[in-house]
Amino acid sequence: MNDSLSSPQSVLVLGGSSEIARAVVRELVGRRARRVVLAGRPSAQLEAAADEARSLGATDVATVTLDVTDLDGIPGAIDEVFDTHGDIDLALMAVGVLGDQPADEADPAAAAGVLATNFTGPAAACLAVARRLRSQGHGILAVLSSVAGERVRRDNFVYGSSKAGLDGFCQGLGDSLVGTGARVLIVRPGFVHTRMTTGLPPAPLSTTASQVAKVVLRGLETGAEVVWAPPALRWLMVLGRHLPRALWRRIPR
Amino acid sequence: MAPELLTGWGRTAPSRADVARPHHRDQVPDLMELPPARGLIARGLGRSYGDAAQCAGGTVVDVTGLDRVRQADLTSGHVRVEAGVSLDALLRAFVPRGWFVPVTPGTRHVTVGGALAADIHGKNHHRDGAIASHVTAIDLITPTGPRSVAPSGPEAELYWATAGGMGLTGIITEVSISLLAVETSRIRVDTERLANLDDLMAAMEEGDKAYRYSVAWVDCLAKGRSLGRSVLTRGDHATLAELPAKQRATARAFDPQVPLGVPAGMPNGLLNLATVRAFNELWFRKAPKRQQGRLQSLTAFFHPLDAVGSWNLLYGSRGFLQYQFVVPFGAEETLRACVERLSRTGWVSSLAVLKRFGPADAGPLSFPTAGWTLAVDIPVGPARLGRLLDDLDQEIAGCGGRVYLAKDSRLRPELVASMYPLLDKWRAVRDRVDPDRVLCSDLARRLDLVGPP
Repeated sequence: MNDSLSSPQSVLVLGGSSEIARAVVRELVGRRARRVVLAGRPSAQLEAAADEARSLGATDVATVTLDVTDLDGIPGAIDEVFDTHGDIDLALMAVGVLGDQPADEADPAAAAGVLATNFTGPAAACLAVARRLRSQGHGILAVLSSVAGERVRRDNFVYGSSKAGLDGFCQGLGDSLVGTGARVLIVRPGFVHTRMTTGLPPAPLSTTASQVAKVVLRGLETGAEVVWAPPALRWLMVLGRHLPRALWRRIPR
Repeated sequence: MAPELLTGWGRTAPSRADVARPHHRDQVPDLMELPPARGLIARGLGRSYGDAAQCAGGTVVDVTGLDRVRQADLTSGHVRVEAGVSLDALLRAFVPRGWFVPVTPGTRHVTVGGALAADIHGKNHHRDGAIASHVTAIDLITPTGPRSVAPSGPEAELYWATAGGMGLTGIITEVSISLLAVETSRIRVDTERLANLDDLMAAMEEGDKAYRYSVAWVDCLAKGRSLGRSVLTRGDHATLAELPAKQRATARAFDPQVPLGVPAGMPNGLLNLATVRAFNELWFRKAPKRQQGRLQSLTAFFHPLDAVGSWNLLYGSRGFLQYQFVVPFGAEETLRACVERLSRTGWVSSLAVLKRFGPADAGPLSFPTAGWTLAVDIPVGPARLGRLLDDLDQEIAGCGGRVYLAKDSRLRPELVASMYPLLDKWRAVRDRVDPDRVLCSDLARRLDLVGPP
């Protein structure tokens, strides 16, 4: 159960090898989380994330195979997690790829692949998770969106639009869950220094996975619906959202 | 049955359950016949601060429809009532006839069933114990059938597992209770202001035994030499002879008015350092330095907060928690350390009380045990609140103390067994009447109270 400070005892991560997800799990295991289920494509990184959770004190850690681009397999895979491991207090959706904007612009199939990995697949998985949270009568779904999805930019519109889609989807999903005991927390990080962004020049207000994790934890505690990491991005985007297109399209990062 | 989102009085950690509202005790066994997959728990008036009367995805049985007085013997003070009868209703019915409840918490708006399930205490614990010592028999509907249970006799173990058992042994449908004879509806109160925690504890140790009721309000913002400055109020029921002549005609009048409420949508942070400090200063200064024999109404003395309906809304949308613990006599240093750490944060609201408990009763999960108990309200919000309370839990468990399950909303489950050493014994008794684990609450899930299968 989540306690009055929204510290979950059981956590499911979709995209368990994500660095931001690992940082969130570290924080949660430091509080109340004892059961951790990491879902994703089988990999050494996924197992390393599981070992890390164990070493920090989680007593019941499992990895399960989940491929969000296998749309037919998603509901069954999510149901199996809940049936095998019991109540999930917090599900963290952390599946996503950055893509390669110039290459994706040149290859429509590659662009569609980014959308499938970042939007359609996660959206289907979020629905499947929400159905289980609704029936267990409690629980939180935290979704890693991106500030890039708040207003899509010329510079990375394939990735940005995929996050915009997921962000909007999850806002509506969150509204549909009001009164059910379940809720959705949307997380909009800016530029985060991770494997995914290695080699890219950092944008202003860049942050780290562990800083994002702290923002997520605070968002759980305060019952927020959307959080920005770093929090100052929220106010920057108040401006960004209203900037004229002619200016907005010239912003490189 | 309708799905509803439920919280405790602190308005944190909501969960949804189907709510059943039986209006007759004969309907209760039917609810156990086809138990819901995610369990079932009774709920009274929802005054537990945390998640004790919630069952996410399962069924919550609201027993407030079981509100009949079954028998009342006005010569002996023995009454038998259905479990959904509130202390408010009992007081309104019986105070004018010369009988008071043997134990009352800080609100009248609790049910008799809930009172026993939490084994509530009042300002008279040092002298009269908790409520389980004043109940003579109950009807308990368990998943394995209805039982008549009493504090002694063949089902004594089940009775004591139910007292403080947080509803996890069954649904209490009827309670027989012995009331306390009173001549008036007034309390004769002695009040004194104490400059700090040492003075307060000395005064309580010295004088509590002379009074039936004793409790201290503590200013949890005062620091340094004023740490724990407080207002100690103690008293007993006034006799008829102690009332002024013109009050004697209405000596046993009891009719508290329906209160003003707090509107919904109060902003977060209304109770902040500035407002709480101002209130505390006022509260401390307005109390007389020393005053004896002042007559107060029962409600003013026992239930001042009931004068404001839904005062829990004052804490805004994030809600609040109440932290109540007891440390045994001899662990005064731990108590002092806890008061110091809470005072240093500036997070504690104005509602902080200290009291001395008498000996524990036989309930394995009953909270009161001989020692000092402190209760403080804290708004949810400060980022380091969880860690601070975890630290305090550790120290309290380390000196043989415990926190109160009826108020808990955030204890670390690993500490329950050390705070309640008879937990395994309680589980064994509980499992006998509920082998299939039908009874369940969010509290039970969070703290793993029922234990591994």
